[in-house]
Amino acid sequence: MRKIKGRAISRGEAEGEVIISHKNFSFLGDVDVETGIVVAEDSDISGKSISGKIFIFPYGRGSTVGSYSLLSMKKNGVSPAGIINVESEAVVAVGAIISSIPLIDKLEKNPFGVFRDGDFIKIRGEYVIY
Amino acid sequence: MYLKQEEEKLLDSGNPTVAKCMEILIALGEIYGAEKLIKVKSAHISGISYQNIGDAGLEWLESLNAKVRIKTTVNPAGMDLQRWKEMGIAEGFCKKQLRIIRALEGIGAEPILTCTPYYLDDIASGEHLAWAESSAIIYANSIVGARTNRESGISAIASGIVGKTAEYGMHIKENRAPDVLVILDADVDPAMAGFKIGSMLKNEIPLLRARRMFSDDELKLLGASMAATGNAAIFHVEGQTPEWKDFKIPDEKIEIDGDIDEFDCEPDLIALGCPHLSENELKAILKTLMKIDRNVRKDTWLFTSKEISEKNRKVVERIENYGVKVFSDTCMVVSPATERYECVMVNSGKALTYLPKLRKVRVKFGNLEECIRMSCNEKN
Repeated sequence: MRKIKGRAISRGEAEGEVIISHKNFSFLGDVDVETGIVVAEDSDISGKSISGKIFIFPYGRGSTVGSYSLLSMKKNGVSPAGIINVESEAVVAVGAIISSIPLIDKLEKNPFGVFRDGDFIKIRGEYVIY
Repeated sequence: MYLKQEEEKLLDSGNPTVAKCMEILIALGEIYGAEKLIKVKSAHISGISYQNIGDAGLEWLESLNAKVRIKTTVNPAGMDLQRWKEMGIAEGFCKKQLRIIRALEGIGAEPILTCTPYYLDDIASGEHLAWAESSAIIYANSIVGARTNRESGISAIASGIVGKTAEYGMHIKENRAPDVLVILDADVDPAMAGFKIGSMLKNEIPLLRARRMFSDDELKLLGASMAATGNAAIFHVEGQTPEWKDFKIPDEKIEIDGDIDEFDCEPDLIALGCPHLSENELKAILKTLMKIDRNVRKDTWLFTSKEISEKNRKVVERIENYGVKVFSDTCMVVSPATERYECVMVNSGKALTYLPKLRKVRVKFGNLEECIRMSCNEKN
């Protein structure tokens, strides 16, 4: 078992399969909040589900309403289990906190170099365990 | 970030609403590199139209179980609370919108339902605020000299409940310094100037150099437009705004011409009041109508706060006698009522930006007088 330290923006515990996108992401518009399937055509994970997974992407983008979109996904039971960002910004951070979805950023190692789609990992506070 | 003992206590208070609000403020402080939390005088909550936040937002607001500790006011809703039927609002929408307002009242927020809280509450230079609503933020920072970041609806609620915000960005004097000198053409329309400046600057703060003084109403339109097309939270105007002298004049320079970008269509609605009309603007509209001396021939909607409308009841009545409708609690941008029109004429760069995106209508630009002349089918 190995672990990497990061910064807990929304503190909590989560575990699941990794899904990685290398593009900045908006929960308002890029994903169907009813199904958890990414609908943005220019996304590198278009057509894939982020439901129940540990979703790794660089940075959030877009309107502040995106915070509520993440909450909608949580209520619909299709939100990611946890989120890892290279660096968090306000919209995803606030969305994760109100939805009680663990969010961690600024890992001591580049997450894109360490993790692959399908890896099973855990978030425990400010640590990622794999 | 350093937390005082009393702040630590709020995190573990056992009240999940208070704890979440603290978590939000701390997360924002961490993200933006704040060292501590500071007290704010008031909070202003945006994003409360049902159209905007939907059931998820409504249910979250209803789940809040705490009271605000400071004066906390609320932005426009999706409809006039009294005259929603006249606006063509469906009953289902009305019910959900009222639930949102009741939930906000439940946490102790005042439903003034206006984007111009600065007309109703005295705010002073140097005061720290936690406001959402980009046009009110830029007005408070630039024209009043108060200090607020661009909060979201949710972070403004968190600040209202905790009474604090993280100290970063606009709360720190040196972050308010201009980066670029913007020379305005003599005959430039202020709203159009703001529209262009916002589109040109990324995260730079402008110092404007103009050939004449602007009224506060003109600066309001200029700032609202700039904050809609760009990320601006503040601008300075040489010889006019309260803080322009505190910083050195930037070396980088750009020029803004007086041309009006073409947004041409045949208007079937003329809508003024983005941001909500001031007393002076209402009077200017009445004066223009009296000069033309004819009823409007196209649908014409004005938007102002309930308080300004009631304070100027006679002016409002006389304006409505020309066939104009004066609505409160809402505006052309946040209300779905605008969607049944094809082309909306506005004097606001903010409305010009958001109406096509949010309400899927075409837009045309004119100044206040040109808009009213269009309403009356009068040639300019």
